[in-house]
Amino acid sequence: MTTTEKVIAIVAAQLQRDPAEFSADTNLQEAGFESIDVIETVFALEEEFGIDISFNANDESDSFATVREVANVVEAELAKKPSA
Amino acid sequence: MRRVAITGLGAISAAGLTAGETWAAVRDGRSAIGPIDCKRGERLTVPIAAQARAYDPASYFPQRRMSMLDRFAQFAIVAAREAFADAGLDGEDEAVRLAPTILGIGVGGIDTLDDAFHSVYGQGHSKVHPMTIPRLMCNAAPSLVSMDLGLKGMTYALASACASGTHAIGTAFHMVRGGAAQVALTGGTEACVTYGTMLAWEALRVLSYENCRPFSRNRSGLVIGEGAGMLVLEEWDRAHERGAHIYAEMIGFGGNADAGEITSMDKDNAAEAMRLAMRDAGLPPEAFGYVNAHGTGTTMNDKLESAAIHLAFDGAPKPLVSSSKAVLGHCLGAAGALEALVAAKALEEQIVPPTANCTEPEGELGLDFVPEGPRSTNFDACLSNSFAFGGLNAVLALRRV
Repeated sequence: MTTTEKVIAIVAAQLQRDPAEFSADTNLQEAGFESIDVIETVFALEEEFGIDISFNANDESDSFATVREVANVVEAELAKKPSA
Repeated sequence: MRRVAITGLGAISAAGLTAGETWAAVRDGRSAIGPIDCKRGERLTVPIAAQARAYDPASYFPQRRMSMLDRFAQFAIVAAREAFADAGLDGEDEAVRLAPTILGIGVGGIDTLDDAFHSVYGQGHSKVHPMTIPRLMCNAAPSLVSMDLGLKGMTYALASACASGTHAIGTAFHMVRGGAAQVALTGGTEACVTYGTMLAWEALRVLSYENCRPFSRNRSGLVIGEGAGMLVLEEWDRAHERGAHIYAEMIGFGGNADAGEITSMDKDNAAEAMRLAMRDAGLPPEAFGYVNAHGTGTTMNDKLESAAIHLAFDGAPKPLVSSSKAVLGHCLGAAGALEALVAAKALEEQIVPPTANCTEPEGELGLDFVPEGPRSTNFDACLSNSFAFGGLNAVLALRRV
């Protein structure tokens, strides 16, 4: 499973929808994400990938528009992890 | 209906161990936020909080009593003693003996619970301290205050998260105004800077890691505080006849529920809560020269509370608006009580306290947030806003003597 596929699985589970409806270009807000969905998804990503994601709901630059942007953030954090 | 006087104040906060020290810091815009000190909190990432670092329980309680007292109850007792003494109440007086004690609490004895769970889950013990239950229950604070001061009126804890203190004072105000009590002890208390609780706040992604800057473009979130605020409310004629000092008059209380989202606020309902408080006070918006804002320092609160104030004061001159949370932190169940105390002192001294750390006031919000420092001005009445998680709005209205 690629990072993007894992992100789609988490995002789809958050919205209780079929992962097949999502692609890397899916816009999360258009897909129905509200502020609480974002916070819960960040938590789910941290648990799934064993990473820490810097996210403050008060910082408007801390936002994820698409699945691809989420996957990029995850990849960047994974790259910081010491290799096993 | 009877008029209601505020005749006693007590406080403990990051800014000081008395009402006077707490008010002076808020008035002067001296922030009491500092490095966090949290038991077992090594893995916390949030570096700051507004804690009562100068507080030493040994100065107030004998060691033997400590096993009964969670920190949130200690704060309540210390601040209540101060308010009681400040009002010059006579414990032998029948009206004082029958005084209700109504306190707002956010989460209760969470320090006790954190210790107990650490012992069980962390250290593998199979038993916890025998006083765990009486320490952690939310009504421990009002019960212990009533015992400490010998107050035997209707006594309970009231919970509405960040609006608890405001709801408690409003409820006690209605009791005195309606004649159910001649004297009431009311306020709020909170002490929840524990590892477990702070982790939970971190998870919500609303904390600032830098400072609390309400209504400022460089805002970065809220900072958790702790403390207690206590007020003595008293039937006006009784207070007047016994020659008590009256800080301000409590004149209105309004509240409602958004029946919407659990963590977001609704500007229309928040505005309606302010209108309800003004209507309860029997005064038009023009009479209110100052609003002590909920002002948590989050992006959402800044926008929606500002919009709500515009709606509530539609067609009237806009009041000065400031938040005390950059000085005291967000003291949750105690916040509304500490801020009611600030409102009373502001009216008494005719000084509007500033919004500390508001170094880049957001012009688009269209209000004067008093960023430069304390402002001397004449104003007859003010509001104190609290908007809680759960969509619970509560607003107090106060008038100068």
